[in-house]
Amino acid sequence: MNTSLSWIKAYVPDLDVTAQEYTDAMTLSGTKVEGYEVLDADLDKIVIGQIDKIEKHPDADKLIVCQVNIGNETIQIVTGAKNVNEGDKIPVVLDGGRVAGGHEPGSRVAGGIKIKKGKLRGVPSNGMMCSIEELGSNRDMYPEAPEEGIYIFPEDAEVGASAIEALGLNDVVFEYEVTSNRVDCFSVVGIAREAAATFGKEFHPPVVTETGNDEDVNDYIKVTVKDNDLCPRYCARVVKNIKIGPSPKWMQRRLASVGIRPINNLVDITNYVMEEYGQPMHAYDLDTIADHEIVVRTAAKGEKFTTLDGQEREMDESVLMICDGKKSIGIAGIMGGENSMITDDVKTMLFEAACFDGTNIRKSSKKIGLRTDASGKFEKGLDPNNAQAAIDRACQLVEELGAGEVVGGMVDVYGKKKEPVRVPFDQDEINRLLGTDISKEDMLGYFKKIDLEYDEETNEVIAPTFRHDLFRMADLAEEVARFYGYDNIPTTLPKGEATTGKLSFKLRVEEVARDIAEFCGFSQGMTYSFESPKVFDKLMIPADSPLRQTVEIMNPLGEDYSIMRTTSLNGMLTSLATNYNRRNKNVRLYELGNVYIPKALPLTELPEERMQFTLGMYGDGDFFSMKGVVEEFFEKVGMSKKEIYDPNAGKPYLHPGRQANIIYEGEVVGYLGELHPDVADTYGIGTKAYIAVIDMPEIVKRASFDRKYTGIAKFPAVTRDISMVMPKEILVGQIEEVIEKKGGAYLESYALFDIYEGAQIKDGYKSVAYSIVFRAKDKTLEDAEVTEAMDRILKALEGMGIELRK
Amino acid sequence: MKDRLQNIKDEALKAIEAADMPEKLNDVRVRFLGKKGELTAVLKGMKDVAPEDRPKVGQLVNETRAAIESVLEESKAKMERAIREERMKQEVIDVTLPSKKNMVGHRHPNTIALEEVERIFVGMGYEVVEGPEVEYDLYNFEKLNIPDGHPAKDEQDTFYVNKEIVLRTQTSPVQARVMEQGKLPIRMIAPGRVFRSDEVDATHSPSFHQIEGLVIDKNISFADLKGTLEVFAKELFGPETKTKFRPHHFPFTEPSAEVDVTCFKCGGKGCRFCKGSGWIEILGCGMVHPHVLEMCGIDPNEYTGFAFGVGLERIALLKYEIDDMRLLYENDVRFLKQF
Repeated sequence: MNTSLSWIKAYVPDLDVTAQEYTDAMTLSGTKVEGYEVLDADLDKIVIGQIDKIEKHPDADKLIVCQVNIGNETIQIVTGAKNVNEGDKIPVVLDGGRVAGGHEPGSRVAGGIKIKKGKLRGVPSNGMMCSIEELGSNRDMYPEAPEEGIYIFPEDAEVGASAIEALGLNDVVFEYEVTSNRVDCFSVVGIAREAAATFGKEFHPPVVTETGNDEDVNDYIKVTVKDNDLCPRYCARVVKNIKIGPSPKWMQRRLASVGIRPINNLVDITNYVMEEYGQPMHAYDLDTIADHEIVVRTAAKGEKFTTLDGQEREMDESVLMICDGKKSIGIAGIMGGENSMITDDVKTMLFEAACFDGTNIRKSSKKIGLRTDASGKFEKGLDPNNAQAAIDRACQLVEELGAGEVVGGMVDVYGKKKEPVRVPFDQDEINRLLGTDISKEDMLGYFKKIDLEYDEETNEVIAPTFRHDLFRMADLAEEVARFYGYDNIPTTLPKGEATTGKLSFKLRVEEVARDIAEFCGFSQGMTYSFESPKVFDKLMIPADSPLRQTVEIMNPLGEDYSIMRTTSLNGMLTSLATNYNRRNKNVRLYELGNVYIPKALPLTELPEERMQFTLGMYGDGDFFSMKGVVEEFFEKVGMSKKEIYDPNAGKPYLHPGRQANIIYEGEVVGYLGELHPDVADTYGIGTKAYIAVIDMPEIVKRASFDRKYTGIAKFPAVTRDISMVMPKEILVGQIEEVIEKKGGAYLESYALFDIYEGAQIKDGYKSVAYSIVFRAKDKTLEDAEVTEAMDRILKALEGMGIELRK
Repeated sequence: MKDRLQNIKDEALKAIEAADMPEKLNDVRVRFLGKKGELTAVLKGMKDVAPEDRPKVGQLVNETRAAIESVLEESKAKMERAIREERMKQEVIDVTLPSKKNMVGHRHPNTIALEEVERIFVGMGYEVVEGPEVEYDLYNFEKLNIPDGHPAKDEQDTFYVNKEIVLRTQTSPVQARVMEQGKLPIRMIAPGRVFRSDEVDATHSPSFHQIEGLVIDKNISFADLKGTLEVFAKELFGPETKTKFRPHHFPFTEPSAEVDVTCFKCGGKGCRFCKGSGWIEILGCGMVHPHVLEMCGIDPNEYTGFAFGVGLERIALLKYEIDDMRLLYENDVRFLKQF
């Protein structure tokens, strides 16, 4: 929404503020000014001059020498303009003045261009005549300006006066962000009301007088509304003996200031009233309306209709149409039809000011793919009581401008009249909600400024129908607050019962995950939750995998963002690839993000969101570095039991011989491995990459931050080393399982210290050596006790076909 | 006898003086004080001394021993100190040589900003809670006073899964979920991912993060909201920070406000960063709409409350002067390492 300052001042005549003061104060009272443009910011020393005499330039064919009367003196100006004649009144920028740009449309220069007197081919020139473009505007806004050449004022222009003022360029245009609850502020009158209240000035809205001749509009037109919900009100008036012509300059200037191009008196009046009252109107050529009847009904399914922009459009049965006795003549609230549009030889015209259901207009506009200024206003939900004011105002302007003869009366189809809302007033409640101590008188004063009445008898505030956002105490509190000033409300902190600030347990576990990852060199990444269904092929995930059962987005930004991820791998691999492409070395990344697992498809309840702790790396480090991170993490979250690594993880995207499920207490809690070289190729990662994915719900279930001190050993430990030769297929994990199982009560720890294949070891075998530590809490161990435990271990190992080396 | 001892002593001192390394001092010790040393030999010869002289001789021997030992120790200490000094001279290093760093990872700027916000609110007694990212339309809109057909529903460019299920467009649905549980009073913040169908560019992302705040208790006022957010802004952006509350509209709060803070780059004077205004918008807030309270089973006549929503990326971009939102989701380590 835009308004010019001068237009606001037309209704708030006492308003005397700078653009910045206006911006600040309006924003603080709730009408946010996004910005403003000072139209004459780059214009300086420009007056209306009159050309007294034109002579040829002695040395240049294309130049002329003009004597220009600028009021108090006559100056000589040399110009190349072709459209000027003796007697013409033109804008002249004097020596030392500024213009906004060059001749070409859109050639504005920031800060403007300074004009100095000088000589043109030897003849002194003491100023410059200006085109409308040089004045920072264009022919769209000033249609009377010539296509090329100097702007020429009407004959009654006052020589020596400011050209900037004469053109209405001594103005400021404000741009507002109006919130959806304040439909009334999508109008100049609405904003002016707020401005008057904000600055404590008198508000003088337009005074609409009675219009129309002795005839009765009902003799011209009949209106039937078939759906009162979709069209709560339809007002129609008729204008005959139309005289199309340009609208007056003041109207053109106001329209131009808010970016609307003046066209002719009729179009300009509709646009003007739409801006002024926020009520879109439409004008039909009455002679094209069959049977002189208007019917408002929904379209037939598949109905085709050509709008006045010449486009054929298809409707469905939810779209509201304006029809005559035989055919459709307009899409309600969106755009009129080609078949009924006003042409230059229109004789009689039908003005329509209606109120349509905002939601329906918005949906229809979306469906048809056509959004207009009118639909933009209607979809906010307009006040039906405003329709009559607007149509009467339009007719008043028709008479004032001599654009035609208004027929008496108005056809008004108004179902259920919208009545003002009465809100119980309770000053104490308002003060309690705001934390203020504002007097009743002050509150009522604020209400009065914005046309809210107070009924003393019932102690109610009456909200006018254009304020459809006021229903209860809290709404009144906001009105009080914004005029009392948000700034003036005190600042306190909530009192009352103390509460404990804390993170949920899940979040605490995630915090540990972040800490551990970062200690281990991994930086935190973030990737999108939605991705392409193609990722499953990229990851070589089989067609029947449950991972392919995804939550799909109905209206995605594109296929690449169309499903909610069921695996966190793609994001990680994409990030690794980005880094690899950019030649970053030794990259370690982690992410904590959800995957979304549907419980059933199609989705009837929310999917399960499982937090995944995903680690990925390339460069220094290998599978076992990754495994180390996993174990550090488990230890830190108090999962002190031994995790088992099952190489039969069955992950198609990982190296078949270098992957493992991480099993804790018999359950798979994650997996890790080296990226399958094919997948690495697909993603463009030209080196070995390692991945670990930990399913956080499984961790949160088992994590604990409780710790119990177990004492530091006082008695000496006994260490025994064993060296074994075994078939390669036997995993060290199996040996550790035996050590743990058979080690007995005194087993303290064990550590692999050598693993070897090659010379001196027969083919298919490997040599493995462990150091096993025993210790008792309460005594020094006897040799025999250790030997006994060792014998149990060795016997079990031998049973597995493991050969002990002495 | 006395002379002999004097002799031994003189010789020992001479030998100590001559010794130029600790080993030689040790030789001296063995030669004079050792089991087979000269002084020991004197002691062994005591049997030849008259019994009445023995104590005297014994004392003399001990004195000699003590004298030698004392010099010996002193010499040894001196020598060792000299050696250590010498070694340290050899050990001088170039301290400007490169360090040996452990590879330590870096937290995402979003998380750093989030943790700061969490720290502030946890300190004020707020609980940090979460809600689902794929959410029912009911919670994302309806219970927040945004019924079907409400313009705000369209404005938010919602991703739909089906008619009833959406990707949440805001963290506000967590408000409704927590209120519905009925445990009062409430002081919570709810950070998390939200989604809106904006094309990716320097200032937009279809997926970003918000932090929702909610306080419900008896007698909570707009003044409390102002006070709370003032504390928050000062904690987050520095003690000089001022806040400005501007009226605004959100369907689920009334009265509502947008909050600006003084530009932390120019301190409010106006610069390119704040587009000359001296202020930067950081969040939206308001008093929880009584109808929202009602829909969540809380009596608005007994309880009131405030809510606020902060864009996490906005905070991160502002605080760390990141000029392109896309950097946050590319995960280039050269970017992440700066945090």
